[in-house]
Amino acid sequence: MISRSQGLKAWLFQRLSAIYIAIFIIIAGLQFVVRPPQSFEQWHGWITSPVMMIATAIFFWAVLIHAWVGLRDVIIDYVNAFAIRFVLLVLLGLTLAGLGVWVARILLTGAP
Amino acid sequence: MAKTRNRPVYLNLFQIRLPATAIVSFGHRVAGVLLFLMIPGLIYLLDLSLHGPAGYQQALSILGSGWFRLPAIVLIWAFVHHFFAGIRFLLIDLDIGVDKDAARRSAYLVHGATLIVLLVVVLMQW
Repeated sequence: MISRSQGLKAWLFQRLSAIYIAIFIIIAGLQFVVRPPQSFEQWHGWITSPVMMIATAIFFWAVLIHAWVGLRDVIIDYVNAFAIRFVLLVLLGLTLAGLGVWVARILLTGAP
Repeated sequence: MAKTRNRPVYLNLFQIRLPATAIVSFGHRVAGVLLFLMIPGLIYLLDLSLHGPAGYQQALSILGSGWFRLPAIVLIWAFVHHFFAGIRFLLIDLDIGVDKDAARRSAYLVHGATLIVLLVVVLMQW
């Protein structure tokens, strides 16, 4: 059951994350064009406002999930040797998890 | 594994002509990998920009510096292409534009729209 639904889950996650990323970038991008931050204080205040902080956290989470499914597809398509494929997938997973921890730290503590 | 080794492979790159739809598909992949590679840089800039006014200024000067222009153009291309091609694939998932002519037209549309947006952004920035 689990193994049979994995492909579908990846497919679905890829599309849901894509939709969120697109909407977030359009809204955040419009904000940036219409009212660009003029100073550190404005920028900091914008990012650390509760709504933006949660939206940004979800954005990075979506990006990392999206990158995982996409890069996993690329690795599975082009790397046929099982051992190398396994190592690359582990490295990719660790890299993305590390980036997630980094973003979480920035949003929780690095943005005092 | 051993069985598939002997399959005939035809990879004369001068003879293979990819249709526009295939170029969108492969471009989407290339752009996706490029965007993946830029994630650490993006997070670094976010980190830097939130480290007080000095870090904020530093992040701005990195974004505005001359050496950053070429990578910026590549990354903007990657993002815009990935964005438009991604919308195209989502529409195809919804059974919109599946037939050959429509798929070819939307592929040209992705390439054209990407180039136009890229040009507009580059001209606006510099």
